Amino acid sequence: MDLSYGPEYQAFRDEVRAFTAKYADRAPRGALGGDMRDWQLLLIEHGYAARTIPKAYGGFGAAPDVLKSRIIAEEFLAAGLPMGMSGQGISMLVPTLLEVGSEEQKRRYIAPTLRGEIIWCQGYSEPGAGSDLAALTTRAIEDGDDFVINGQKIWTSTAAQADMMFCLVRTEPDAPKHEGISYLIFPMTTPGIEVRPLVTMTGRAEFNEVFFTDVRVPKTDVVAGRGQGWMVANATLKHERGMLGDPNQAGTRLKAIVELMQTEDVDGRRLMDNPALRDRLLKLQARVHAMEFHGLRLLTAGLKGEDPGVARLIVKLMGCELNHQLAAFAIDALGELGMLYNNSPHIRNGGNWQWSYMFDLGLIIGGGTAQIQKNIISERGLGMPREPKPAKV
Amino acid sequence: MEFGLTSDQKMMQESLGRTLERVCPLERVRKAADGAAPDVLKAIAELGVTGILVPEEFGGLGLRLLDAALAAEMLGRHVAPVPFIASSVMAPLALLGAGSQAQKERYLPNLATGELIAGVALSEHAAGARAKAGVAAKNGKLSGKALFVLDFAGADIFVVADAFGGLHIVDAEAKGLERTALPTIDATRAIGELNFDAVDAEPLSENPQAALDRMVDAGRVMLAADTLGAGGRMIEKAVDYAKERKQFGRVIGSFQAVKHLCAEMIAELEPCRALIWYAAYAFDEFPDQARRMAAHAKAHTSEVGTFVARTATEVHGGMGFTDLLGLHYWFKRIGFDRQALGGPEKVRHDAAVAQGWVGN
Ligand SMILES: Cc1cc2nc3c(=O)[nH]c(=O)nc-3n(C[C@H](O)[C@H](O)[C@H](O)COP(=O)(O)OP(=O)(O)OC[C@H]3O[C@@H](n4cnc5c(N)ncnc54)[C@H](O)[C@@H]3O)c2cc1C
Repeated sequence: MDLSYGPEYQAFRDEVRAFTAKYADRAPRGALGGDMRDWQLLLIEHGYAARTIPKAYGGFGAAPDVLKSRIIAEEFLAAGLPMGMSGQGISMLVPTLLEVGSEEQKRRYIAPTLRGEIIWCQGYSEPGAGSDLAALTTRAIEDGDDFVINGQKIWTSTAAQADMMFCLVRTEPDAPKHEGISYLIFPMTTPGIEVRPLVTMTGRAEFNEVFFTDVRVPKTDVVAGRGQGWMVANATLKHERGMLGDPNQAGTRLKAIVELMQTEDVDGRRLMDNPALRDRLLKLQARVHAMEFHGLRLLTAGLKGEDPGVARLIVKLMGCELNHQLAAFAIDALGELGMLYNNSPHIRNGGNWQWSYMFDLGLIIGGGTAQIQKNIISERGLGMPREPKPAKV
Repeated sequence: MEFGLTSDQKMMQESLGRTLERVCPLERVRKAADGAAPDVLKAIAELGVTGILVPEEFGGLGLRLLDAALAAEMLGRHVAPVPFIASSVMAPLALLGAGSQAQKERYLPNLATGELIAGVALSEHAAGARAKAGVAAKNGKLSGKALFVLDFAGADIFVVADAFGGLHIVDAEAKGLERTALPTIDATRAIGELNFDAVDAEPLSENPQAALDRMVDAGRVMLAADTLGAGGRMIEKAVDYAKERKQFGRVIGSFQAVKHLCAEMIAELEPCRALIWYAAYAFDEFPDQARRMAAHAKAHTSEVGTFVARTATEVHGGMGFTDLLGLHYWFKRIGFDRQALGGPEKVRHDAAVAQGWVGN
């Protein structure tokens, strides 16, 4: 255990701090402030986003250094500035291409994705294939140099805004369930794609249905080869689960709640002076710290090439749950103010707590539900018996 | 930067684990009287555990609180009926923080070897005074009452905090000192009550207030680590049992309800490990965070420990409830750890104060 910041790191911290002070007003914050893409470019240029991605693919090209990454996260958190762009392209597609993409695919897609010029969506789930993803039936049939896709995806986040999709399709209908799947990438403007937004419980349309009718995609846009889709999807899911359980977000939220409880009052008394609320806040603070340090532990293990075993498998479950609990607590602390929504007078923080409280429930379901996570933890982490074979219904 | 254990630390933990496996099986735990098993104490003393925090110049290993936490985890894992938290952690910290050179020379070497056992009486500072407890110091003599004294049985000396946060060493045989054991649910640990009637005491007078805070923080981290070890063992036992026990023609570990209970336990407990490591490390490296992190480690691990203790018992069904299986030793150990040096609400309050969120 060594969390000391040597002189090199102190210098690095000073550098990050100078950056956050100098450029704070260029950061996108709600309706005010700068544009997210400009911010992203600025961050990549300084090495605060896409930090370890090779220069050849549009990243900053630094060697992985947990401490520096942590310093960046800490300083951005302290300054209340957003980190770089995230989303399914940057968090899931880029690491997947780096791992299993062809050189041509890496060169073509990674840099513009990092710059926010290509927004991606993830076409995995189907009406009949959610938790049981490998049951997907959207078909891609070979025709000359192309695949021709027919079928439907559902719950596709940001499909209406996306430029490209990474998509799982069945290329070998006769192969066993997990072996007949391929991973394709294609533009959303390809003829035959229809996107129908789905309004969620938040009142916004965060996800969509996507229909494919004779959509032609060149065979060269298969990632890692035909029939390898399940393997690629698992690589991607690993990154998705890491992203969804991200402890930095919990830290940011906790900080906002502490501020809220120190500034908001009821009956002329600060929320912080209410012992029941304060106790709940402290319980959550301990959880936030635990997940933060747990993340450091995993990072260290990763860099040393050690397998952290079950410790890694719990992150999605615990991280998403914690974020949801934080939003739920903020609403309780706000009390009746916590009911307000949609531009209501008196609303706090633009209604973000209310939105998060709902949306985060979606994140508990998405990317592998809490129950599926528990299956994985008990089976792969604790070596308990796997699910019995599917029942015939 | 590295957030993890060194190979030395892993080795120390493993070798302590192996030793306890050998000298402290459940049958031995059952036979321990007053939370003491001298043979087990001797075995861990041979590994240096009793002197883990005592500097090398005084015959100890001179290690840090993280190392002590790793040892505490192992003691919890094996529900070892030995003094440790007070005698090997809090008392040495009292001497190192507030003792004179002569006092260090006099006590530390024997504490390090485990030949001298020190109880610690400061519950009133850590958890608040119950039953009108409180110790007054006047002209070098102590009067009053101290409750919930840790590592009580077999203690040769006591480190006692008075009502003003002064620290004193009292001989267990001193005139006017009345000792009463307080049986608890946890038969593996000994606590007691001290009644003082103008008892001779030796003050630890170099900055006792700061030392007192350090003792409380360190003790809390140890209790958290103990719960981590006990809880981890309970989960293992539950998982092993679930893989063997059959009902409805299949092992119960194939029922999703049971699998999910096990998954929830490990998902809750595993992050406690990182929290405890950090709290122990902060104790030595980031003193301004020490109080808050020790409090969080203690309170959070207690909450999780309570959940694990009941859930692992449930997974064992009726067998879990029996004395025969002995699972209750771990259940009770976790119950003890939760209340000692302040229950979760009290300890969280200390974390709020430490952050300036509220006054004392
Ligand atoms: C906000 C949000 C965003 C999403 N974004 C995307 C996206 O961008 N792209 C994409 O492809 N998909 C996306 N999804 C879909 C998501 O991956 C699925 O919703 C999820 O995998 C669950 O599938 P399902 O909805 O079909 O539920 P089902 O699989 O039908 O599950 C229903 C219930 O049954 C339980 N269940 C199912 N199987 C088991 C089992 N074996 N053991 C125990 N319990 C079980 C589940 O836990 C759940 O409680 C998103 C979902 C949400 C909510």
